[in-house]
Amino acid sequence: MSEMKETLVQPILRNNPIALQILGICSALAVTTSMSVTVVMCIALTSVTAFSNLFISLIRKQIPGSIRIIVQMIIIASLVIVVDQVLKAYAFEISKQLSVFVGLIITNCIVMGRAEAFAMKNPPLPSFVDGIGNGLGYSVVLLVVAFFRELFGAGKLFGMQILPVVTEGGWYNPNGLMLLAPSAFFLIGLFIWALRSWDKSQVEEPDFKMAKHTTVEEAA
Amino acid sequence: MSSNDGIKKTLIVAFSLCIVCSVVVSTAAVVLKPTQEANKTLDRKRNILAAAGMLEEGASIEEQFKQVETRIVDLRTGKFSDAVDPASYDQRKASKDPSRSKTLSQDEDIAKIKRRVDLAEVYLVNDSAGELDKIILPVHGYGLWSTLYGFMALESDLNTVVGLGFAEHGETPGLGGEVDNPSWKAKWPGKKVYRDGEVELQLIKGTVDPSSSSAQWQVDGLSGATLTSNGVSNLVQFWLGEQGYQPFIENLKAGEA
Repeated sequence: MSEMKETLVQPILRNNPIALQILGICSALAVTTSMSVTVVMCIALTSVTAFSNLFISLIRKQIPGSIRIIVQMIIIASLVIVVDQVLKAYAFEISKQLSVFVGLIITNCIVMGRAEAFAMKNPPLPSFVDGIGNGLGYSVVLLVVAFFRELFGAGKLFGMQILPVVTEGGWYNPNGLMLLAPSAFFLIGLFIWALRSWDKSQVEEPDFKMAKHTTVEEAA
Repeated sequence: MSSNDGIKKTLIVAFSLCIVCSVVVSTAAVVLKPTQEANKTLDRKRNILAAAGMLEEGASIEEQFKQVETRIVDLRTGKFSDAVDPASYDQRKASKDPSRSKTLSQDEDIAKIKRRVDLAEVYLVNDSAGELDKIILPVHGYGLWSTLYGFMALESDLNTVVGLGFAEHGETPGLGGEVDNPSWKAKWPGKKVYRDGEVELQLIKGTVDPSSSSAQWQVDGLSGATLTSNGVSNLVQFWLGEQGYQPFIENLKAGEA
């Protein structure tokens, strides 16, 4: 049981798919301008990851190695279409804002990565839990990014005015950069910095070491 | 695992997986279709009300839409037509059907929409005395990346703009996507469309000089989105012009529609 809990909790901070593995950045930039949209995207991605892991794990012993990637893609794509249809029926406004990004869950590296790395080798239940855990890991980063972007970009949270903005007679002048994609890069960078200061084991070996400074005489 | 790699097994797995997945996907699509259609209709009605500045938050859209009367106009003659039932008419589909639309020549097609539908929907709002109060015209045209679909609402003088709103577009968020910005949309009400019988209303680069003699026919362009701004100008010019609703508007003014 504790192993199951590990599978669930580990990806949230210790082995976060965005912060440590740097996967799924694309949608983290695109859908984090407002909290409500982000929450729906997180739910969509978590359910797709969990169920694709579950189904792939269920048939893992039957999948021929030569077509395994395609098989995974078919299952993921079908789930994404179903999720998209459900959103269009029950969360129309938000699905309009998410537009293509629900469809792009298909290409999200986290879903595919977990299917290939975990679900192909583990029984269904742990795979399902692993999917939820990674979905939550993704969600944590997105929610943090969306919190700052919406708060400082529009002075709102979940569409409710928190900081009174200048255009409506308040004092807060919204930071337009926060609503554009680059701000998400900065925020994700800061998030990773904070995370790695807290958990030093995530710090990677530098690819290049700075050589000691040498003078011309020494070099000659 | 090696037993899975035979050609027969591979084909069986691939085939059965495809069957299962297609059944799941098509079931979801069919079961959820009615709810999605209802959402779309509701969204369209909301956009129509919003363009006319009549949308009240919180109240039922269906209830509010009761003030609006949907009519069909034959754009060839500029007169009302009863040839189709407005409730079941799909203008989007008719626009693509060669037998129900007209191919536009290069000079006519300023909005880059290739075909113009013969029968178009218009929405009329009458005041309590039964006189025409507002008219809402569906418009569309090509921007930078996408076709913008929207609604243009006019006052009863059929010249003063009440509002313009886009229901659907795929322009760049933050640049062309600013066509949805409420403060930009607020620049439209009160503008005039026609000047001596020609469509004069257009977007200009930069800000409109209020002291200019043509200020009432001009709207601020969107900064960083010249092509979207041009697209909006073109679609307004097209749909309110000779190929669009102008003949109908003239008839309506003369009381002959």
